[in-house]
Amino acid sequence: MTELLVGTKKGLFALQGGNGSFEISARAFAGEPVEFAMRDRRSGRYFACVTSAFYGPKIFVTDDLAGEWEQAEGVALPEGEDKALVRLWTVVEADEDEHLFAGGDPGVLFESHDGGTSWELNNGFWEQPTRPEWNPGAGGMCLHSIATWPGDPSRLALGISAVGVWLSEDGGKSWRHGNAGLVPRYVPEESRENTLDLCVHNMHRHPSKPERLFMQFHGGVYRSDDAGESWIDIGTDTGLPSDFGFPLVVDPDDADSAYVIPLVADMDRVTPDGRVRVYETRDAGATWAERGDGLPAEDAYLTILRQAFAREGSGESMGLYFGATSGDVFGSKDAGATWFTAASKLPPVHSVRVA
Amino acid sequence: MAVVRLRAPLSELAGGKRELELEGETVRDVLRALEHEHPAITGWILDERTTIRQHINVFVNGERGREDTALGADDRIHVLPSISGG
Repeated sequence: MTELLVGTKKGLFALQGGNGSFEISARAFAGEPVEFAMRDRRSGRYFACVTSAFYGPKIFVTDDLAGEWEQAEGVALPEGEDKALVRLWTVVEADEDEHLFAGGDPGVLFESHDGGTSWELNNGFWEQPTRPEWNPGAGGMCLHSIATWPGDPSRLALGISAVGVWLSEDGGKSWRHGNAGLVPRYVPEESRENTLDLCVHNMHRHPSKPERLFMQFHGGVYRSDDAGESWIDIGTDTGLPSDFGFPLVVDPDDADSAYVIPLVADMDRVTPDGRVRVYETRDAGATWAERGDGLPAEDAYLTILRQAFAREGSGESMGLYFGATSGDVFGSKDAGATWFTAASKLPPVHSVRVA
Repeated sequence: MAVVRLRAPLSELAGGKRELELEGETVRDVLRALEHEHPAITGWILDERTTIRQHINVFVNGERGREDTALGADDRIHVLPSISGG
């Protein structure tokens, strides 16, 4: 049995099923935008990032999807400054028990050391001297990607739209850029070398080869083999119909693997040619192959957002699941070789995670 | 003392109270007093800048109020979500 947590514009939906058939098993936060939801597999605890249009962004936690949710404490910026928390984009398990990270807008990192009941702002990142020069992407200044290093809690990488990649080697006390090789085509050529306006859309570290990361950029797909210090273009002339898109997934069994879902371009954020296709590489981005068997093949102009693609397991039987703003959720139980529709007619999908 | 009226879910965060009497010279003072008395409501009406959230309306005796709207004795404050959404 697989349980999917689907964050939507109108609440959190839990879907349960297997073998191509899924049913809604629970709904929470009816009417509220749920940007992201996940389950900490160490504790079994569920997390939901809810951004009420009225009451602001909060993290809620529960140990029982059918039970009550409680608001986590401390998810706020320091009082008396000129910024307020806008939105929460992700919650990530850290390497040590009961340690979690959360990322949000305006480019902020929170940490919890008690399993997610209470949180505190990472001051080293909040007090970055260049912060006054940071600019948001169209979706805000979102810290959406937090790449931990299996077995080494001191090493972290962050991806932010639109402030690029940040690296820490002391557990988040100090930070530096990791942007070499990224090409922001939306910035005039003469300004590219020194710009901070680097719009990372998604970034994942490979658990079996932690120095390797894959990135979907705002126009560009990249790979790093030096822990995020520098980036290699793997989106040009490699078989992708477009190098624009948002989500990204890797197969933990194969350090040369990654999956992306291309959209036409930044000015037309829909699946190319009216066809929904996932693209897979098994050679570290040298080539990409289409994986669309069972996905809508005509008149399908879908938008898949950055947190709306998830995996379960690894290898040939890896589960892949993604949702679209159309309210459709698609799944594969064979690493993308064939696909089925897990749900349709949901509200616009913001995020998908396997519980 | 101003009288603050809340609806759900704010009233639930205020211990189930739909009406509270609170001290303060301005709307901000009264809302801060509300947070002090019921910490669970912190961050739901005022953000970290102590600014009323964009889609919350505060009415003072039936007129739109802001953070610095001055209050007199027995003023009535209604806190309501705005008519917005999609």
